[in-house]
Amino acid sequence: MLTPYTCIALVLLLPLLASICAGMLPKRLPSSLAHQITIFAVSISFILSLFIAKWFLWDGLPAVQALFYNWGTAGDFQFHLGFLLDPLSALMLVVVTFISLLVHIYSIGYMAGDPGYARFFCYISFFTFAMLLLVCANNFLQLYLGWEGVGLASYLLIGFWFKKESANAGSLKAFLINRVGDLGFLLGIAAVLSYFGSLDYDVVFSRAPFLAEVTIPITAHTQWSVETVVCILLFVGAMGKSAQMPLHVWLPESMEGPTPISALIHAATMVTAGVYMVSRMSPLFEYSATALSVVLIIGATTALFTGILALVQNDIKRVIAYSTLSQLGYMVAALGVSAYAAGMFHLVTHACFKALLFLTAGAVIIALHHEQNIQKMGNLRRYLPITYVSFLIGALALSAIPPFSGFYSKDAIIEAVSASNIFGGNYAYICLLLGAFFTSLYSFRLFFLVFHTNERFDTHAKICEPGWVMWLPSLILVIPSIVLGFLLVNPILNAHLLGNAIKVLPIHLPQETSLSAVQQLMNFWRHPAIWFALAGIFVAWVTVIKYPSMRQFFIQRFSWLYRILINKYGFDTFNQWVFVKGGKRLADVLFYVTDLRWLDGYVVNGTGRLIVLFSAKLKRLQTGYLYHYAFAMILGVLLFILMAFL
Amino acid sequence: MIGLTSYLTVSAVLFALGLAGIILNRKNLIILLMCVELLLLSVNTNLVAFSHFFAKAEGQIFVFFILTVAAAEAAIGLAILMVLFRNKGTIDVASFNSLKG
Repeated sequence: MLTPYTCIALVLLLPLLASICAGMLPKRLPSSLAHQITIFAVSISFILSLFIAKWFLWDGLPAVQALFYNWGTAGDFQFHLGFLLDPLSALMLVVVTFISLLVHIYSIGYMAGDPGYARFFCYISFFTFAMLLLVCANNFLQLYLGWEGVGLASYLLIGFWFKKESANAGSLKAFLINRVGDLGFLLGIAAVLSYFGSLDYDVVFSRAPFLAEVTIPITAHTQWSVETVVCILLFVGAMGKSAQMPLHVWLPESMEGPTPISALIHAATMVTAGVYMVSRMSPLFEYSATALSVVLIIGATTALFTGILALVQNDIKRVIAYSTLSQLGYMVAALGVSAYAAGMFHLVTHACFKALLFLTAGAVIIALHHEQNIQKMGNLRRYLPITYVSFLIGALALSAIPPFSGFYSKDAIIEAVSASNIFGGNYAYICLLLGAFFTSLYSFRLFFLVFHTNERFDTHAKICEPGWVMWLPSLILVIPSIVLGFLLVNPILNAHLLGNAIKVLPIHLPQETSLSAVQQLMNFWRHPAIWFALAGIFVAWVTVIKYPSMRQFFIQRFSWLYRILINKYGFDTFNQWVFVKGGKRLADVLFYVTDLRWLDGYVVNGTGRLIVLFSAKLKRLQTGYLYHYAFAMILGVLLFILMAFL
Repeated sequence: MIGLTSYLTVSAVLFALGLAGIILNRKNLIILLMCVELLLLSVNTNLVAFSHFFAKAEGQIFVFFILTVAAAEAAIGLAILMVLFRNKGTIDVASFNSLKG
């Protein structure tokens, strides 16, 4: 009775139905019905996902794909809605439904009393549906459908508090920048359709080896291989969705949305869609060393430079947002060296500990009555003990301290990059090692500023731990944050848990580490990254707790550096000047000159004016005098006579 | 014996005088009406001359008809003129230009 087909259909449809129900909930019904419906649907989805995961990850069932229905036919091309279940999508299904379920529960507390309570659950369930659609797609078009669906949900949820101007601006920014990425993605899909002749994954992937030699003329003299063009275009889409430099600027702005959204969409699931997509496309990316190098360099650059930015942020959510950017950079860098499994591994562990960090940050924000500035917090461990412990574990996992889960996944990435001989590998290795230092530095700077040091808020206000709906999800997330890396490291990296879903060419195959999880743990001191991470924690401790005055000293001594960081390397300024102001100027030219002056002035009104002018001359002929008309008649008659004679 | 050419010449002169009267006259509407009669008479002269020259009576019968119609036309024309004078207070041709564009 429980076949993969019925399972996946239910997994997909339940959140959609719940979303529709929550969205159409009549006003007179209690709004708690919204969370009951959606949580029920998502929990069923989660349980069924566990079944799917058991079949495909545990029992090792071969990949299953089938058709839901035929969406449309255009000439020879068929567009399907179907699903592909293999270890990769099964893993993602579990991650998405698990985090989504916890965030749903958490939102009961976080969104309590909000006027848009039912709307919130409608959106978030819709997001879950779109993300699941993306994950289980078996063709590019369905992938794109889910891709745009999550983009829409992200837009709606960032701008959830639409009366706040910054939320509107943030949602618009996210939407617009994602359009840039999606344009590349769409072009990539179009290129796939025209060169591979199909949009179904299995057809495209089976044809990939034969198209390795085919080239596309880019300009008159340069020929690029089809695979390179397709992969880079697809990766542009991933850069938009996964917020890689230079399309990363929307992610910090997305923090204007409610915190559960930041945990679910902008940390755990949607932003990792790009990583998932590239892993899924590994049979294509493997045939283009150029594209892999691009992926690697962009990922490594993002990992280091956005991590540094987190050091100067004072908004608790923005610090975590920048750390998300940095960790996404790690995942993308892993993809660049063909360590797709390591990238997916980091995706899974990161989803857990980053969601944990966001949920605890949300608890802090609620406890302090919507205060997000970390300079106005401090010593919260006295007031919020559960949150304190949860946050500490999240920060340790993020900083890749053994034995927490981040250690295994991040270390796998750094190992893979150091072993790789692809172009840009050395640069990426340095970036990632330094990134490890900055990761722990900003995480523990945040941690110390929030939970240690002195109270910098009004201590008369009553500050206590929020209700169980808010700390229970955090506590549940603590478990995978601690043990998930230990449990998954061997299956996913050595035992080929992901099976045939990921294809790595022999020349890119990483040297397998034969060490078991326990041995890795025992030999942690052999990994250089761990020393960088510990150094980061130490520096954070020195600068925040031991000598707090050092912050002021650094700001004054390195004011130029501080200014660069505060301005986020000028990406926003650049965008503001070139794209916003440039776009405005272009629009002004188009409006005032082309439209108003040329089209309206010359073409439309010009025609009218010309006719008026001409008729003003012509009407002089009509004098109204009888003898003029008579004269004209006679002239005409004479003319006819003349013509008759001639 | 007066030849056909002489008749036609007289008729052409009359016609030209009528035309010139219509075109050049800027003053009096009655002169305009008289000029129209003159045009008709010149054409009638042509008809009579040709009818005599070709020895056919039909032309002269037509002249009777035309003269009758011309008389009626003159009566109507004068009646219109009377009404026009009553309304406008003038019969100055140059003042009738309400069709001016």
